[in-house]
Amino acid sequence: MTNLIEAQDISGEHYNFAYLDEQTKRMIRRAILKGIAIPGYQVPFAAREMPMPYGWGTGGVQVTAAVIGKDDCLKMIDQGSDDTTNAVALRNFFVETTGVGTTTKTKDASIIQTRHRIPEETLTKDQVLVYQVPIPEPLRFLEPRETETRKMHALEEYGLMHVKLYEDIAKFGHIATAYAYPVMVQGRYVMDPSPTPKFDNPKMDQMEALQLFGAGREKRIYAIPPHTNVVSLDFEDHPFEVTKFEQPCAICGAENVYLDEVILDNDGNRMFVCSDSDFCEDRRAAGHVGLLGTNPLDADKTTEEAE
Amino acid sequence: MSTQATASIFARAPAPGFSDPVHNAQSVFRAAMNAMAQPGTIQQLSDLALTPPAPLSVSATALVLTLCDYDTPLWLDADLAANDVVKNYIRFHTAAPFVESPAEASFALVANTKRLPAIASFAAGTSEYPDRSTTIILMVEDLKTGQGVTLQGPGIKTEKQFSVSPTPPVFWQQMQDNSRLFPLGVDVIFASDHQLAGIPRSSQISGLEA
Amino acid sequence: MYVAVKGGEKAIRNAHKLMARDRRGDTNVPSLSLKQISEQLYLSVSRVMAEGSLYDVELAALGIKQSRGDLIEAAFLMRAYRTTLPRFGYSKPIDTAKMLIRRRISATYKDLPGGQLLGPTFDYTQRLLDFKLAADGEAPAPETQEFEKEEVMPRVTDLLNDEGLIEQDAPIAPDAPVGDLTREPLTFPAERDLRLQNLARGDEGFLLALGYSTQRGFGRTHPFAGEIRLGEVEVDFFMEELGFEVPLGTMTVTECQMINQFKGSASAPPQFTRGYGLVPGQGERKVMAMALVDRSLRAEELGEEIDSPTQDQEFVLSHSDNVQATGFVEHLKLPHYVDFQSELELIRKVRKEWQEKRNAAEQELVAEAAQ
Repeated sequence: MTNLIEAQDISGEHYNFAYLDEQTKRMIRRAILKGIAIPGYQVPFAAREMPMPYGWGTGGVQVTAAVIGKDDCLKMIDQGSDDTTNAVALRNFFVETTGVGTTTKTKDASIIQTRHRIPEETLTKDQVLVYQVPIPEPLRFLEPRETETRKMHALEEYGLMHVKLYEDIAKFGHIATAYAYPVMVQGRYVMDPSPTPKFDNPKMDQMEALQLFGAGREKRIYAIPPHTNVVSLDFEDHPFEVTKFEQPCAICGAENVYLDEVILDNDGNRMFVCSDSDFCEDRRAAGHVGLLGTNPLDADKTTEEAE
Repeated sequence: MSTQATASIFARAPAPGFSDPVHNAQSVFRAAMNAMAQPGTIQQLSDLALTPPAPLSVSATALVLTLCDYDTPLWLDADLAANDVVKNYIRFHTAAPFVESPAEASFALVANTKRLPAIASFAAGTSEYPDRSTTIILMVEDLKTGQGVTLQGPGIKTEKQFSVSPTPPVFWQQMQDNSRLFPLGVDVIFASDHQLAGIPRSSQISGLEA
Repeated sequence: MYVAVKGGEKAIRNAHKLMARDRRGDTNVPSLSLKQISEQLYLSVSRVMAEGSLYDVELAALGIKQSRGDLIEAAFLMRAYRTTLPRFGYSKPIDTAKMLIRRRISATYKDLPGGQLLGPTFDYTQRLLDFKLAADGEAPAPETQEFEKEEVMPRVTDLLNDEGLIEQDAPIAPDAPVGDLTREPLTFPAERDLRLQNLARGDEGFLLALGYSTQRGFGRTHPFAGEIRLGEVEVDFFMEELGFEVPLGTMTVTECQMINQFKGSASAPPQFTRGYGLVPGQGERKVMAMALVDRSLRAEELGEEIDSPTQDQEFVLSHSDNVQATGFVEHLKLPHYVDFQSELELIRKVRKEWQEKRNAAEQELVAEAAQ
């Protein structure tokens, strides 16, 4: 019992490297290899309970834990940022259980675990991008039954998805899906890109890095190997359109990047800034300045820290 | 116990597995993952102090130790299946159950490519569960000579030339048939002495005529 | 938000410190010992062991203390700890007929061999707040007497098999594989072994509500509580290396056999069918609900019409796990502003188009009126 109580400390000798026992890692590794061999197909795997809640990245964490080695350099982002609370918590988990180096620099990372974003910087063949996935089944909200959706994938019966998208067009004049926008992988499987905004979909196509997807609660792993065709579903007369922002980032001036809307005051004044915090910092370090010059909220922060 | 008796027990004990099971398995997996993600590329294994019984190679053994356990039915080619030292070694280190029918295997270990049965005799998965298929670990002499083929598909930017030796005469024809089954089919990892390369079912194979 | 998350690390540390302080409460009040929890809150401990899927009284008590009495959180702590434990193998099936009985009742017979043993129960108590407990009064000790331990206390359902009125357990080969959803993800349709495992780990409240719904007519099964028993059973493990079984110890379990009416089908004569519930520890409400749900989930096997949620195994089994459910419901607390941003952009665009359409329509009306 004494040992058990001490075991609350997840670093050190009480837990295995990367938390998971070797049998669990083998099981996950086998699923990853299958996922890579069948791009876009959701491989069932016996996800374990992790020391963070289901829905908070347990799938991504298990994939990263099965892949990571002591020489890796890990970047952990949520909403594009390294500083969001859950990214901080998950990064700390790996620091404590593996001792690997971490970075906020996209280009320095060998493994990037992400929730809801793909970094703006182009990824390379030596990198692995691990996505946290809540609902891996792109057809789930059209058909709640696993038994049915599995058949649809087996038979390439994706009519229901096209009907749904077309209903959007009939109703709104265009496809009303802004994130988790379904993609077709290598012409075979319709896949959920995880709840990334559709802005990021084109980055998945022919990406040089390996993309791995982990859904812990739903117990599925899937993958997109490098240089794989990933096409957002659309219609000839209603082609896929990427979200466009009307202004550049207010503090680094970047265009064609995904922006967060930040409300500045009680009068509803707002600014748009890069969602990818590392990308924004890099640009500012390189001397780029947006319309607002510097981040107007930085001033508040400095005073807060001084207090 | 006499020294002699002790010596005889040690003589019968299986040779050791990974010297550093956690990190060795991780590095071998990464090589296998890259081999599958970038079909036809050669992945170098880091130094592994493995001394498996003949005829097992270091790389094939490393794959078995990394991927197999009591959940993975393992099929051995006829030579290996008749080799008790090999079987004891694998059983001791992985606890993988041996199966006689290739169609029941999660993994197949083939030391002698001449002993490779028809690829279609292995499990190709089902249309609902294409992952319920066999991964063949094929021990080869090298990954540069032998009949060359051209690979295309996921993981390959344009196309990739790939050569491996030795392969049985019908091998590439069968591999071509295998990739036509996609998303069903088997995946193959070629293991030369300290190198790996992979051809998943998603790779299209051409250039057989050459 | 962009700035609010800066310094997240420090904020997280502070939040944890605050939580630890609140957990401890007033330091003038002595801290709870694990023994106090396991001895005095045993029904909580039982629930945490069942839903945490790990039989360890002391760890469950620790989970309850650490979670400030949040039993789902405590079960989650047990599950996460369980993940790290090496697996040595599977024990032999426990034999509840050989249970050292502490409580055993049947609602279907006035008396039966072995008798009705009321045991420790809230049943028949007046649900009046007992102010003696508030004053730390000690309860009078129960009367005891020597008894001869019966080697076997046959289950009620076994006693009734003579007439063939009750369905028999399906014969199972001793070496037949038993599913384990912690090793292989659940696929549908799931066999009864996996369904029962899922229900045994499932949330008591969820099963209770489902079981209740069957009583109210959503997939009625006409149940009788054939037998409920509580006690200790021995757990044996077959040692491959030694070639024989060794006892690992005893565990407390609660078991329920429901007896349900069945009109018969083309292949089976009219007879009573059964629903089964078993949990580690003492969990009578849970086993009864579990037995009701188990019976309902047999609808397909028994050729019954499936028209209620409790008969729908994908619905029941996919949503019974409270560790999964709480995680996913609570994950809505995580930042979603990137997706929200894309929804914002979309709704602005759609509204703009809607307004333009409306304006155009209005202008048309005005123009028509002018003509």
